[in-house]
Parts: sequence; structure tokens; C-alpha cells
Amino acid sequence: MTKEILLGDEAVALGAVHAGLTAGYSYPGTPASEIMEYLIRAARTAGTFVAAWSVNEKTAFEEALGVSFAGRRALVSMKHVGLNVAADPFMSAALTGVGGGFVVVVADDPSMHSSQNEQDSRFYAQFAQIPCFEPADHQEAYDMTREAFDLSERMNIPVMLRLVTRLSHSRAGVETGEARPQNGLKYGDRQCWTLLPMNARAQFKRVLELQLELVKISEGSRFNTLELNAADRSLGVIASGIAHNYVLENVREGAKKPSVLKVATYPIPEALVRKLVAHVDTVLVAEEGFPLIERSLKGLFGIPGKTLIGKLSGHIPPAGELSPESVRAALGMKPLERQAPSEFKPAGRPPQLCLGCPHADTFKALNKALEGFTKSNVFSDIGCYTLGYFPPYNAINTCVCMGASVGMAKGAAEAGVFPAVAVIGDSTFGHSGITALLSAAASHTNMIAIVLDNCTVAMTGGQPTFASGDRLLKIIEGVGVPKDHIRVITPLPKFHEQNVRIMKEEIEHSGLSVIVAARECLEETRKKNKRK
Amino acid sequence: MTTNRKQDIILAGVGGQGILSIAFVIDSAALKEGYNIKQAEVHGMAQRGGAVQSHLRLSKDRIYSDLIPRGEADLILSVEPLEALRYLDFLRPGGKLITSSAPFINIPDYPDRETLIEQVRRVPGSVVIDSEALAKEAGTSKAQNTVMLGAAAKDLVVSQDGLREFIRVLFAPRGEKILESNLKAFELGRRAAL
Repeated sequence: MTKEILLGDEAVALGAVHAGLTAGYSYPGTPASEIMEYLIRAARTAGTFVAAWSVNEKTAFEEALGVSFAGRRALVSMKHVGLNVAADPFMSAALTGVGGGFVVVVADDPSMHSSQNEQDSRFYAQFAQIPCFEPADHQEAYDMTREAFDLSERMNIPVMLRLVTRLSHSRAGVETGEARPQNGLKYGDRQCWTLLPMNARAQFKRVLELQLELVKISEGSRFNTLELNAADRSLGVIASGIAHNYVLENVREGAKKPSVLKVATYPIPEALVRKLVAHVDTVLVAEEGFPLIERSLKGLFGIPGKTLIGKLSGHIPPAGELSPESVRAALGMKPLERQAPSEFKPAGRPPQLCLGCPHADTFKALNKALEGFTKSNVFSDIGCYTLGYFPPYNAINTCVCMGASVGMAKGAAEAGVFPAVAVIGDSTFGHSGITALLSAAASHTNMIAIVLDNCTVAMTGGQPTFASGDRLLKIIEGVGVPKDHIRVITPLPKFHEQNVRIMKEEIEHSGLSVIVAARECLEETRKKNKRK
Repeated sequence: MTTNRKQDIILAGVGGQGILSIAFVIDSAALKEGYNIKQAEVHGMAQRGGAVQSHLRLSKDRIYSDLIPRGEADLILSVEPLEALRYLDFLRPGGKLITSSAPFINIPDYPDRETLIEQVRRVPGSVVIDSEALAKEAGTSKAQNTVMLGAAAKDLVVSQDGLREFIRVLFAPRGEKILESNLKAFELGRRAAL
């Protein structure tokens, strides 16, 4: 046994490698990016498996599914909103079943540290009716990943591993085990994998019939623990994932010990929940994310004769991530004594574009070009350039999801907005912008799409991009944007006047224009220089 | 403090100031000396010049929460004076604040420097270090994080030799000159806090 310090994300990655991974795929997204970062580094050293970034999460999911079809073990990792993008293959992969073990790792970001919404991916697992593991710490992240592959293969179904930011981005020591060899090649049965209605009905029936057994497996999992306090039956806590840590952090020194059920696997281990509920008067449910367990306990009628508290009752804040303090309050404990707070309120320090960032020059030129247009709107997207929202730029009006800028600009233009401008990064364009631009080109929409080509996925730490440089221009031309209205600018202060002029020309053009603002991300240039 | 079985530290700074490097050195030394560790970090958006912090927990016993509960931190170690004041409610009564006096000004409403240092000094047991001057003296202004690590050295549960060992591990791959500057920065910070 060796002990390594790993991020939660890295513990998952190493667990997958040791489980005999043949290939892993992902699209960058906080807090999941470090899973693939680690796999790529490990693949470079070991050279025995594939680890690669994909163009988007749906593509990544399908690539991994192909590996599983071939009988070999596959992992796909993404952030929570990435699963929305991959939801189509995700839902149907539950029906096809798997060849080699197939583990879907999804990292949720409660509190939206680096996200546009909060989601709880356990609901997706429940929706697809597949098993889900929810590790509480790094050791479990490693161990559960290994077990998830085994379970997936044994039950012939994809398995989700659900992470949250605080585990993904926390480091701790992990004891690792012996690596298992990879599976050999074995093709999937075409009847299972071809989801024509007649096959799909049979496959869906299989998933439904599997559910009772999945509950039994969950009930027997070593990761779920139940500790009943025979002396005090007043309070029982059901805590899932890292919520369990916050419960133990608080009750370890407290005089009152509640009974505690730790839930780490789904479907919900019903028998254990029944045992705990029968034992106590009040049940507190503490879970990171949405109240999944609490809602199933509450149902429409609640639990007769018992008091149920948690997020739905307001005992735990329904939005944002849990904290040791919020769980402490729900446990009915007084706050810890702390240093007297100062009256001084430190000014906030939001993230911002780096000094000299090419996006800053593009926004300056765009603001200038749009001067005088009182009804202009800039539809932006997901990336560093979303920071153009803040002063001194105040340059963007929207940010919704990957690729939304182009489609929204088209819709807005058709509703009468002029000028309608989409601003999208090169990687986001490759991820989800191309199809929207194809749609705008086919409709000859009067709008401008500005593609910010900084040659990298900057916000998540500089992963490779697929739609950059020459290929980007070819794609834009290829979807049908008129060649005369594909303009390339270099966002640098010395070209400011020229860039403003080009933007104005394209605003005046009645039809679709694409302006590519091409200049490499400074961080990338710095990293390259460092390597030299 | 150095005989304790546990230590909870908040590391504070601005994205890009190298607080994760400090965390790596303390973590690695702690692991070698038989501590369990948990270290919660900030990745992603905030790293673009925003406020960042790391919760570093060292203990001979099992560590549950990745986050330090408010009122449990033994030490706030900050590479930037405004950031030093952001997490005061994490400090336990009698906890210590060690901060650099060098401001990182990237917001329009950054407070007046004198007022800020005055606020820091009001915190009982606070230590203010001119990490900028000491880092320059050590040979590189980039080593302010290592100066601050040195300034906290005597208050950490891990040994100073352990810290030096992992400063070597961290900086040796970046060349002899950078390593020497950082070792010197550590010593200058250490002496400044004596």
C-alpha cells in the first residue's frame, strides 16, 4: 500500500487507471477538469491507455460508449452542465447496457463557484435508473471508482460517480491497491445496441426489472453505514456524500450523539433508511445539492409520527453548498466561538481578465463600434470573456450555456434587435456554436458572430482547442458564411482603430458576418515560453 | 502550538500569487511527519485575479470536513493584506494572523494602504511582513509566497527542515537560481517573524 496526496478528481482518475481503464474522454469544465488532466499525464507515462479531450461532452460520452461496446473499460468525465449536453446518449446508454465497465463521472458545483447554475446529478442517475456512487472523501473516490467499474460490468449498466466541488478540489492522502489488467476486445450484441423500438422496448424492460436488485445491492454496500444510538432516540441524521463529513465534524465533540446513516450509493438503500427512521423521533437529512433523499422521504404525506427536517423544511439553506456551520445549525448546536469580527468590510475582488488579455482589446473595440446604437445587444457565452460583464468593459448582456450566444443572437435579430452580436470563444464555438452558426447562415440572419480565437480553453487552465486557427476559418466558411464577411482581426491596442472600423463595416452589412479575433491567450504564451 | 496534534490554516491571497505552492510544501512536510491532511482549494474562475483561499487541515487524528469550520482556524497566512481580513471569522479565539503588507491592487475600490495595515494590526496577535522587500532581497519578487511561508514557519506544527526539504522538491526542477532565491526567501521571512 502506498499513500499519495491527490485531489478528489485525481483519486477518481487513478482509481480508473487501476481498474483497468482502456480509454477516458472529457471536455474541460470546473470542477471536473483535473480528472482528465491527471489521466493524460498518467497515459503519457504509462502509455497503455487512451486519455483525451473531446470536442464536447456528448462526443466524449459517445466515444467512451464505443469503448464499452468493444468490451473494454471506459470513463467519461464532465461537470454537471456537461451532462445536459451529453444527456441524449446518457439516457439511452442505460438501455443499451455496457460491454466493458462504463463509469460516468459528473462533478457538481453547488454554490456555482465556476458555473452558471446548480444541478444535482444524482437526479440524472435516478432519471436514467442507473446506480450512482457518491464518495465522501478521497479514499472513497478511489475505491468507489474501482467498484463502479466492477458493478457496471456485473449488472450490465452504466454507473455514475457523483462528485462535488469541495471533494474534486480538495487534496488528501489516498491508499492505492494493485492495478487490474485491461479487458480484451469483445463486441456488443447488435440486438441490445440497436435501439430500434422493438429492441429498445426489451432493453427498457430489462432496466425496469433490474431496479429491485439495484436497491438490494445498494443496501448491501459497504460504503453505507448505520450507527444507531440506543441511549438517545431523539435525533437521527441521514447524511450523503460530503454532508456526512460535516455531520461528524460537528458531533465528534458534542455531548449529544445522534444516530447516523451515511448514504453513499443509489438507488437509495431503502432498508437502511427504514431502520434509522424507525429508531428516532426526528430525522434530519443533510445532502449536498438538491433534497433528493429528503424529498423521497417526505413524499406527499410526510412520515407519520416523525418530524422530518432538512432543506425542504428550511433547517438547511436550499441554495448553495453545505458548510460545517450550516449543518451544525441544523443539528441544533450553538456556533463555535470565534475571533471577534472586525467592522472593516474588505472590498470584494471578483475574477477579471488578465492584464493585456486579447479579449479586453476585442471588447474595447466592440464597445466603440456599438457607440450610438442604443438598442444593440451582445450575446455572450461561457469562457474567460464572460468576465467582459464587469467594469470597465460592461460589454455583454447574456451568458446562458455553452453555445447559446449564436442561437440567441439569431433569435434576437429575428425579433428586431439591431445590431445583434454574438461573442463566443474558439473552444465554445467548437463545442456548441457551429450548429447555431449553420442555422444562422442558412437563414441569412442579420447578425454578427465574433469568435474570440485565443487558441486554448483558457478559463479551465489551458486545455487544447479543436476549432482554432485555420481550421476555425474553414469551419466558418464551410457552414456557409459568405467569404467576404468572414473578417480576421488581431485584438491589440495598436490595431484598435482598424478593428473598430471592421466591426462597423460588418454591422452595416445586412446579413451574417463573422469576425474572428485571433490572438493567443497570454497564459498560453507564458507557458510555452517557460517550456522553451 | 508546535506540540499540537492538529492545525487548521487558512491560506489567503489573489489568484496567481502562489498560495497552492505554500500549501504543497506544508502538506508534503506534514504527510512525511505522520499527519493526515486535507486541503481544500479554489480552481477555475476565481484564479483569474480573484480572491482565492485554501483550507489546510493537518491532524494526527481523522479529518472529516474539507472546509475548516468558522472558529477552528489556528492561523490565517495571507500573501496579501486585504485578503488577510476576508476570512477573520474562521479564526479561533487566540488564533494568529500572519500577512504580507504588500497590496495587490486590481480593483478600483482598494482601500488606503495605511488604513488597511491599521485594520490588520487591530487583530490580536497579527504579524505583518514586508514580503515584497524581502523577496527582492532574496533575488526575485515572485518569491513573496515563500517569504510568507518562512514567516509562518515557527508557528507551524511541521518542522522547519521538513519545509526546506519540500521547498527544494518544489523549486529544484525550475533551476538552481530559483531554488536558491526561494530558500533565501524562506530564511528572510523566518527571521523577520522571530
